Amino acid sequence: MAHAYTPGLRVTPQTLLQRQRQLPLKGEVVVSQGDSVTRDQVVAHTHLPGNVTTLNLVNILSCTPEELPNYMLKSEGDPVEAGEPIAETRPFIKWFKTTVKAPISGTLENISKITGQVIFRAPPRPVQVQAYIDGNVVEILPGEGVIVETTGAFVQGIFGVGGETWGPLHVISKEPDQILTPDQIDDSCADKIVVGGNLLTLDVINKARESNAVGIIGGGIRDSDLRDLLGYDLGVAITGTENIGLTVIVTEGFGPIAMARKTFDILSENNGKEASISGATQIRAGVLRPEIIIPASSIGEQAEKSDHPGLIEGALLRVIRAPHFGHVGKVTALPPELQTVESETHVRVLEVEFDNGDRAIVPRANVELIEE
Amino acid sequence: MDKLDVIIATDCGSTTTKAILIEKKDDIYRQTYRGEAPTTVEAPYEDVTRGVLNAIQEVEELSGRQILDGETIITPAEDHRGVDIYISTSSAGGGLQMMVGGVIQAMTGESAQRCALGAGAIVMDILASNDGRLPHEKIERIRQLRPDMVLLSGGTDGGTISHVVELAEFISAADPKPRFGSGYQLPVIYAGNKDAAQEIERTLGDKTALTISENIRPTLEAENLGPARHVIHDLFLEHVMAQAPGYRKLISWTGAPIMPTPGAVGLMMQTVSKQQNINVVGVDIGGATTDVFSVFDDIFNRTVSANLGMSYSVSNVLAEAGLDDVMRWVPFKIDEADLRDRIKNKMIRPTTIPQMLEELQVEQAIAREALRLAFVQHRALAVGLKGVQAERTLSDVFDQSAGGESLIKMRDLDLLVGSGGVLSHAPRRMQTAAMLIDAFQPEGITRLAVDSIFMMPHLGVLSSVNEIAATQVFERDCLIYLGTCIAPIAQGKIGALCAQYEIGLPDGTQSGTLNIGDLLHFPLEADQEAHITLKPERNTDAGAGQGRELNATVKGGTAGLILDGRGRPIVFAENRPQRTDQISRWSEVLDLYPR
Repeated sequence: MAHAYTPGLRVTPQTLLQRQRQLPLKGEVVVSQGDSVTRDQVVAHTHLPGNVTTLNLVNILSCTPEELPNYMLKSEGDPVEAGEPIAETRPFIKWFKTTVKAPISGTLENISKITGQVIFRAPPRPVQVQAYIDGNVVEILPGEGVIVETTGAFVQGIFGVGGETWGPLHVISKEPDQILTPDQIDDSCADKIVVGGNLLTLDVINKARESNAVGIIGGGIRDSDLRDLLGYDLGVAITGTENIGLTVIVTEGFGPIAMARKTFDILSENNGKEASISGATQIRAGVLRPEIIIPASSIGEQAEKSDHPGLIEGALLRVIRAPHFGHVGKVTALPPELQTVESETHVRVLEVEFDNGDRAIVPRANVELIEE
Repeated sequence: MDKLDVIIATDCGSTTTKAILIEKKDDIYRQTYRGEAPTTVEAPYEDVTRGVLNAIQEVEELSGRQILDGETIITPAEDHRGVDIYISTSSAGGGLQMMVGGVIQAMTGESAQRCALGAGAIVMDILASNDGRLPHEKIERIRQLRPDMVLLSGGTDGGTISHVVELAEFISAADPKPRFGSGYQLPVIYAGNKDAAQEIERTLGDKTALTISENIRPTLEAENLGPARHVIHDLFLEHVMAQAPGYRKLISWTGAPIMPTPGAVGLMMQTVSKQQNINVVGVDIGGATTDVFSVFDDIFNRTVSANLGMSYSVSNVLAEAGLDDVMRWVPFKIDEADLRDRIKNKMIRPTTIPQMLEELQVEQAIAREALRLAFVQHRALAVGLKGVQAERTLSDVFDQSAGGESLIKMRDLDLLVGSGGVLSHAPRRMQTAAMLIDAFQPEGITRLAVDSIFMMPHLGVLSSVNEIAATQVFERDCLIYLGTCIAPIAQGKIGALCAQYEIGLPDGTQSGTLNIGDLLHFPLEADQEAHITLKPERNTDAGAGQGRELNATVKGGTAGLILDGRGRPIVFAENRPQRTDQISRWSEVLDLYPR
C-alpha cells in the first residue's frame, strides 16, 4: 500500500497556484494568454440552450397526429413570439375555429406526427465564467475556458458549504482556540470574510449573514448547527451549490476544535488582504476540499516544498479520530510491525508525543500530517 | 481454448486496483498471490494502467514470477515467466451511470431498471410516461444528469408506439451530453416495442449514438433482459471506458472484455447458484455504496444503494435509518450531538479506522442498518413481473395479490455472502456473522460466508473465459465460511418457548430449549458437520413448516453454529435499559467483543 496515513491538507504561506476556469458547454473565451485578470473579471461566456415547453396539439385541435401538419401555421425551426398563433383549424363556420397560440417566445423545435406533440425552446440563456482569483492567464482552452495562475498563500479547509466568493479577510479571534460570539460580529463585517479560531456556532454564522459578510472561516462546526443552517441533514459530502447567503469553511472538522496554529497564523498575517474562497467539498472520487487563496501574499519568501518528507520521526501531525481527536503532536516512533489496538484491529501504528508531553499509540490511518 | 495455466486478473476500483494471480497446480486452479496499488484514473496520473502495473508489480515481487517486460504483460506463460491471460473489471471513475426509461413505471420502467442494474450500472433516474412529472421537468432532468448511457424501453411488441416515441422526443429535446468527453454522442439503447423502432431511429438517430436491441418486455408475461445487457456491456467498453483516461491501452492488454465490477460479481453469483443448485444472496458494502445480489430459482437480481456506505455515505445511513434504529444495536448510551459529530468526521476523513472499542461498536451498528436498508431496497425491486394477467382458479379467489410479489424468500435462502471492508476486516469473524444475521435476518437454515479479499469481481470475469477455473478458486480460496445460522420463524413474548433442540456435535450431543429472545452458540469448525433436530412450538416454523420437526445436517465455520430464537423480525425489549441488557447478553453469548 502506498500511504497508511492521510497526507494532510495543504497549508502554505506562499505557493504557485493554477485554477481552471471552464464553461459548462463550448463558448467563447474573451481574454488572451498572458493577460492579467482580476477575480471578478469575465474570462469566458456562452449560451445555455433555453428551457423547453411542450404542447400536445391533437387534444386541442381534435385531430390525429398524422393530420397535425395540415393545421400548423409555423414550421420546425421558425421563431415564435408568445401569444402568436401557431396552428388553427379551418372549419366551414368561422365561429368554430380553434386557434393555438405559442406559450413562450423562442423557436418551434419539433412537430411530432406520432405523438402530436409540439416542442418550443426558449431563447438561449447567457452564462459567464469569472477569473475567481487575481492572476495571469497562462493557458487558453479553446472554446472552453482558461487557466489562471497566481502566487500567494493557500489554505485548504476540511469541509465547507457555499460556492466561490471573495473579499478582504477580517480576523476577529486573537487565538486559534477562541470561539467567536455573536456580539463580536457587527456591520464592519459587511462584504468581508470573517475568521474565527475555534467553533463556528449557528448564532455566529447567522449574525455574520445578517451583517452581510460574504464568508466565514473557523476550526469546527457542530453537525446539529450545520443541519439547522442548511435546513436538511447532509447525507453525502458533495457541497458548493448551497444558497445560504455566505460561504462557510471549517479547517479541522466537526465539533469544537481549535484551528491549527499554522493555518491561523497565515490567515492572521494576511488580515485585511483580499482573498478568494470556495466552500465546495467533494469527498468521493476526485477529492475536492474547500480553499482559501490569498493572491500576491507577501508573507515568507519560501516556495512550497514539492516533495513532502512523509511520515518520519519528528513529523508534526494531528490525530483525526477518537481518542485524542484534534490533538497535535510529533512522531516519536514508527514501529514496523502490526499492533493490536483496543478495538482488536491489527494495524500499523505510530507513537506520538503531544504538546503537553503525553505519549500515545495511534493507528497510522488516524493521523494527518501537518506541513511545516 | 489455448492453454490457461496462469492468470493475472485486476479490479480497478475507485480507490485501489487489486491484482490476483491464479495458477493451475495438480490440475486445480488456486489463487496464489495478490497485490494492490492506488488507482490512477484521476490527476495527476490520469492513466489507469499505471495503477494496474503497480499492482501487478507487487504480485511479481511476492510471487517471484516475472509478469511484466517493461510495460508489457508477458504472454503466454513459460516456466516462471509470464501469464496466459490478463483480464480485468473496472468501477473506477464512479462506475457506469445510466438513466432508464419505460412507458409504465411499474412495468417497462422497472424492467429497464432491472436490466441496467443487472449489467452493473447505477441507475440515476427512471423516466416514465406516468412518473408524475411534467414534460419540461422531465427534459430538464435528462439534461442535468449527464449519464454515461440511456436505456429506453416501453411498450410490449405490438403495443403502444406513441408513448415510447414521446419519451424519445423528450430525450431528443434535452439533447443530453455524456459525462466524459465533449466530442462524442451519448449512447442510447432502444429496447422497446419493435414496431416503434423506425420512429425512434428518426427521432434520436442524428442526435445520439443509437443502438436498437431486442425488446426487454416483449410481452407483459415475459422479461428478456439478456440481449440489452450485452449491448450495455459492449457500449460500456466502446464508449464509456474508451473515454476514460488510459482505458484504450488497458482494453488492448486484456484477453477478454473488461466488465463493470458489479456486473462481474453478479455473473459469479449466477455461476455459483447454477453449479451448486442453491439460492444465494450476496452483499458488498463499500464506502459510498452497497450492492446486493440475489439468485432465487435461477432469477438473478442486483440492486445498488448509491448512498448507503460506511465512509463517504455514512452520515446518510444515519439520516435514513434514524438515530434510534442505529443505537438499538449499541450496548451503551451516547450523546446524540457527539455521535453526529463523530459520524460526520468519519465522512470527511473516510480512511480512518476505529481505535476504541466503542467506536468499533458504533461503526458495526451503522453497518447493520446500512445492510438492512440496502436489503429493503433490494426486496422492493427483486419482484415478479407486474401487470401480468394470471389465470386464476377458485382457490385464488381469496388471494388479492396483484402480481409483483418478492422473489426473495428468506426461508429458501441457502447461502448468504458478505464482502466489503466492515465485514471482511472485522477483528473477529463472529462480528461479521452477527452483522449479517442482524441485518438480513435469515430464516430457517442459512450458511454464512465472507469474501475476505473481494475476489468475486476477478472470478466473475474469469468465469466468462473459463467457468471451471472460476468455480474452483471460488470454492477453495474466495470464500471463508463463517458457519450456519438456524432461525425459527417465531413471534411472541420474550422468554416464551420457541423450540426444543438436539444437536449432534463431533464431541457429543447437546440438547435443550430455545426461548424467544435467546441466541445460542455452538463451536463447529469449517470442515465439521452437525446433525440438528428442532421441535418447534405449534405456531413456530423452524424451516419445515409450522410446528413441524426439522431434521438437517449443517456445516460449520469460523463462527460455528448459531441458533437464533430472537424472532422474525427480531423482538427487541421495549425500553432502553432492557434493550441495552439484551444487546449485551447477545454479545456475550457470541463473544463478540473483548470484555
